[in-house]
Amino acid sequence: MIYEASTIAVVFFFVFVGITLGLSFYLGGKAKSSEGYFAAHGQIPWFVNGVAFAGDYLSAASFLGICGMIAFYGYDGFLYSIGYLAGWIVALFVIAEPMKRLGKFTFADALDSTFQSRGIKLAAGISTLAVSVFYLIPQMVGAGVLVQPLLGFEHWVGVVIVGVTVILIVVTAGMVSTTWVQFIKGSLLVVFSAILTVMILMRGFEVADKTVDMEFHDVLSLPDGGKIEDAQWGTELGDVGFYLTEAPSSVIAEGDHWYVGFTEANSKLDHFWRVDPLEGETGKVRLSPALLMAENSDGEKLLNGQRIGPDAGDQTLAPVGRVLELPENEKETGSLGPVEFLKTLQNSKVETWRSETIEDPAHGATKAYYARQTKGSSVLRPGEHPRFKGIRGDDPLAKLNFLSLMLALFCGTASLPHILIRYYTVKDAAAARKSTIVGIACIGFFYVLTLYLGLGAMTSGAMDVTNSNMAAPLLAFSMNEWLFAAISAIAFTTVLGTVSGLILASAGAVTHDLLTSGFGMKLNDHEKVRVAKFASVVVGAIAIVLGILFRELNVSYLVGWAFSVAASANLPSLVMLLFWKGTTKQGIIVAIVVGMFSSLGWILLSADTFEKVYGLSGSDALVPFSQPGIVTIPLGFATLIAVSLMTKKQTAGS
Amino acid sequence: MQARNARIGFMLFGVYLLLYGGFVLLNAFAPETMEATPIEGVNLAIIYGFGLIVAALVLALIYGFVCKTGDEPSDDKEAGQ
Repeated sequence: MIYEASTIAVVFFFVFVGITLGLSFYLGGKAKSSEGYFAAHGQIPWFVNGVAFAGDYLSAASFLGICGMIAFYGYDGFLYSIGYLAGWIVALFVIAEPMKRLGKFTFADALDSTFQSRGIKLAAGISTLAVSVFYLIPQMVGAGVLVQPLLGFEHWVGVVIVGVTVILIVVTAGMVSTTWVQFIKGSLLVVFSAILTVMILMRGFEVADKTVDMEFHDVLSLPDGGKIEDAQWGTELGDVGFYLTEAPSSVIAEGDHWYVGFTEANSKLDHFWRVDPLEGETGKVRLSPALLMAENSDGEKLLNGQRIGPDAGDQTLAPVGRVLELPENEKETGSLGPVEFLKTLQNSKVETWRSETIEDPAHGATKAYYARQTKGSSVLRPGEHPRFKGIRGDDPLAKLNFLSLMLALFCGTASLPHILIRYYTVKDAAAARKSTIVGIACIGFFYVLTLYLGLGAMTSGAMDVTNSNMAAPLLAFSMNEWLFAAISAIAFTTVLGTVSGLILASAGAVTHDLLTSGFGMKLNDHEKVRVAKFASVVVGAIAIVLGILFRELNVSYLVGWAFSVAASANLPSLVMLLFWKGTTKQGIIVAIVVGMFSSLGWILLSADTFEKVYGLSGSDALVPFSQPGIVTIPLGFATLIAVSLMTKKQTAGS
Repeated sequence: MQARNARIGFMLFGVYLLLYGGFVLLNAFAPETMEATPIEGVNLAIIYGFGLIVAALVLALIYGFVCKTGDEPSDDKEAGQ
């Protein structure tokens, strides 16, 4: 059993949320004007703002997604860490100071400061909304994923709890309390991750014992030319485990391999192995532990064809993630230094898990999880995750896809609206610069830790094979319950904080860019705040609904969307406005629209979306690779330059 | 002053772009080089990755330091409130 409802975790969570809300009510009393609501009067100290940058940025996707990806696939998850941090260099060296000098409340203000154009406000406002909502979906999905196992609520309850709490925070106080919540959360996240990393290093590695539940990766000889259908299970196969002395309860053929189940004599529980023919050796097969997940017609979850539950006779999902072999056949390493830890893993063998969807004649479509023996040196190199596999092949499009993702991560950060608005909460350009440096220090330190957290989780023997997002909290659980409670509560506030920031950015966009400037509504200061609060509630409600609808989608996949759209729509106008005098307002408007729609369109027509969203074959996709950035970001720049040159001529001629 | 800061920013940005670009291109076109273990048995992928994170911080600090030594507006001293 992986999850047990933990009283400590529940109490901790509610204390945390209580303190957060209390703080926001207290600080909210101080922010009455619209400047206070949206930009905290520009009086947030730079250090606090810097840590709040980290709080804003280290979202559920950073914390849960990256740790989970490293825990299941190794180094590839760390590529995201590197890309996400690199984006801050663009923010600091290119965007931060000019942004602060140009704007007042929103990203659209900055773009519009030279032109006073309604069209720019509208276009920028809409792109802010689009990016924020895309970024909101994964946060809400993440909230539901967290609540489900920790508090025992349904997914939608988790989404609603987070949604309502965030709306309360935003409505009561705006940017002041959001900033302080992010400051607290950012500090706690970094501190607790550091504690967890130290504990991982002190624990070191330990080779897992063979268990009755799952025998490891044995090689067997099949009689009769290696046909599994004809195999006489039992004595002929040798004694590799007591199940194998029985006849199998089921054999499912899938391509060139099989899933074979055996019933344990005492408990009557079924256990499965994946059986693969050994390459180049006729008649020999490898047995790997496997878990088959399906649903029966009542929607009940089945593991290995039997009901999952707490009672005797029910199946329970065993935790996974172990070390199979250490260098020089050691059994355990004891505590390790940070360099020694990586070196030891490099020369070890670990168990990693993959999955595929198979057709089980008894239960229909079934997700089969199976273990693989993997060398440490493979886990620590790029190209193991299906999304990054292409870099090891010869297909130039796969390589282009990788370059495109790394480009979107690099360019996306500096174009995210909820990051951009944080530049208005400090006093001047110097403070903006300093808080970015503090932000980079916190975020960089955290990303170094993610590699240790992920690898620690991979070898902790505590992973849930069905849910990589839970890797970091479960790693903490393998240490002790208090740490688990703390990490879970921080993960919750991570979602709360990021969602507040995004909702605030959206509310700002609606109030300033769309209503006041775009449609010319006349609002006084108090009305603006009231409209913004109303907009927060609406955007929050939309986020709740989308979070429930999109619960099946992968969190980091959705974040990738947001980064690509932000970079394609916002970055070209921002950079060109700051550094090219020939930029015209038409150029900006068209570039935003073209960047936004081309990147969105590309995503919707890509193989990834065909497979994961529409359930169609990826080979029918209409674009050659999935990540749009490498095409749509330059397209945005090209559009801006072309349109600016054209409109400039007109102006000069008339 | 603004122009000076922007110039420094662009120079440092260029340095980082080279480092990051090198990393991404190595990964894309010569991923096997990332498996080499040049120092202490740790592979190049990790050394370069950590290196990029440290480089980001170092460049950020250089930027902060160089800009500060210029003729910054006088309100700078209150910024640490």
